[in-house]
Amino acid sequence: MNKILIANRGEIARRIIRTCDRLGIETVAIHSEADGDLPYASEATEAILIGPNPVAQSYLQVDKIIEAALATGADAIHPGYGLLSENAEFARKTEQAGLIFIGPSADIMEKMGDKIESRRTMIQAGVPVVPGTEEGVHELEEALAKAEAIGYPVMLKASAGGGGIGMVRCDNEQALSQQFVSVKNRAKAYFGDDVVFLEKFIANARHIEVQIFGDKHGNIVHLFERNCSVQRRNQKVIEESPSPHLPQDARLRLCEAALQAARAVGYTNAGTVEFIVDEKNEFYFLEMNTRLQVEHPVTEQVTGYDLVEWQIDVANGKELPPQDSIQSHGHAIEFRIYAEDPKTFFPSPGKLESIMWGQDARIESGYEQGNAVTPFYDPMISKVIITGSDRIDAIRKSQNFFNHATITGVKTNIPLFKEFVESQEFVNGDYATSVLPKWLEKTKEEQGL
Amino acid sequence: MKELKASMAGTVLNVLVVEGEAVSAGQAVLTIESMKMEIPVEAEIGGTVEKIHVEVGGFVNEEETLMTLGE
Repeated sequence: MNKILIANRGEIARRIIRTCDRLGIETVAIHSEADGDLPYASEATEAILIGPNPVAQSYLQVDKIIEAALATGADAIHPGYGLLSENAEFARKTEQAGLIFIGPSADIMEKMGDKIESRRTMIQAGVPVVPGTEEGVHELEEALAKAEAIGYPVMLKASAGGGGIGMVRCDNEQALSQQFVSVKNRAKAYFGDDVVFLEKFIANARHIEVQIFGDKHGNIVHLFERNCSVQRRNQKVIEESPSPHLPQDARLRLCEAALQAARAVGYTNAGTVEFIVDEKNEFYFLEMNTRLQVEHPVTEQVTGYDLVEWQIDVANGKELPPQDSIQSHGHAIEFRIYAEDPKTFFPSPGKLESIMWGQDARIESGYEQGNAVTPFYDPMISKVIITGSDRIDAIRKSQNFFNHATITGVKTNIPLFKEFVESQEFVNGDYATSVLPKWLEKTKEEQGL
Repeated sequence: MKELKASMAGTVLNVLVVEGEAVSAGQAVLTIESMKMEIPVEAEIGGTVEKIHVEVGGFVNEEETLMTLGE
């Protein structure tokens, strides 16, 4: 592999370029009109204007992107995360064009992209799944009958959904009746598929995922877990590894279940197996992400490996190291810095007038001072990854970091992190996915008094 | 007369009312999508939709007039 086209933008494009530079691989960046000034476009060996600002006309243009790869003499495409990264058609067309797709095969993506299909696969493989419907639910009467059997509260989910979109909790019959049509419509509008299904709602659940990797020789390894329970609008904002309050035996069982899940589909390249973990450390398969995750640096910090390099190696046919050589040391926490109002979480596009970071952190940023965060794309500005000898050390460094970090020009969630990293809820580490909204509610009440 | 303005830049995802329709204060009248998030825009006062200045799929800048509401 001599030249890789990166079918993505912002921080992940930059992250991939950095590894490619180190490995002596040339890079091709693609960008929309609005993104031409971003650092990744100038840091790549060459940059190509791919289309106008809306993603449908630029970063999702499958044929145009493959043509750009061929025209620039690239021999591989890295899809990053989001955008086309889990699009089986893109992976298939890339391979058909004689290029290497740096990711799992199109068949695996198809199998895992459909939540109902992936649930079925996991049940067959003996991986525990959240109790729910094994087939899509089409009519309200059917949904009500199934929900009754599962027991309320239930989660109503879009089969093709992801990123927290197209899922809603229903506490009773009335709620399910009210939400049924709306979730179906949203699923159709967002994912082009209105199939929905039901799952039991797990109270006080944690979201813990396992990083896995497969090579082309049938080897599959895990790189331990990440706890991603600090969320807003069902999207992750803080991730850490190792997961606090997860006993060693539960941790090992979780990683073993992830390997079992990966083996069931003959997984290749980087992937993540997401689980819901309840208060008794019982866990259930949630979904498999067939790509590099936003939060992969957390795993890199504790294992010492470069996961983008691993992706390239595996795509090149290299063998993975044996499982027992992969160790986890210390503790890492990632904070996603978003251009948004820290209280309402509404987006806040605009120009980054100034950026000041604290000390002792790995920063993965899509933007530099003077760049504009435009309304066309995801609001994430940067990721801040803090590593300590243990969790207490990492938290102390995080507190210090956020005491010295400021961004002006747009609203960000930095003020929220500054307070949240000091909170009992976060420091205790015994938190569930509801922790951030609950803490905000409590803080508002206290300030109101 | 009251001009309803966009609180942030984005793309008009849908328009929930038609010209001539009576709306009440707090009623969602259109949705803007910005940074992958749907943001409902509500009528600040009750009244009649006199004119809709935007189209579904169109891009609006911050402070751009979306609708004119009459008494």
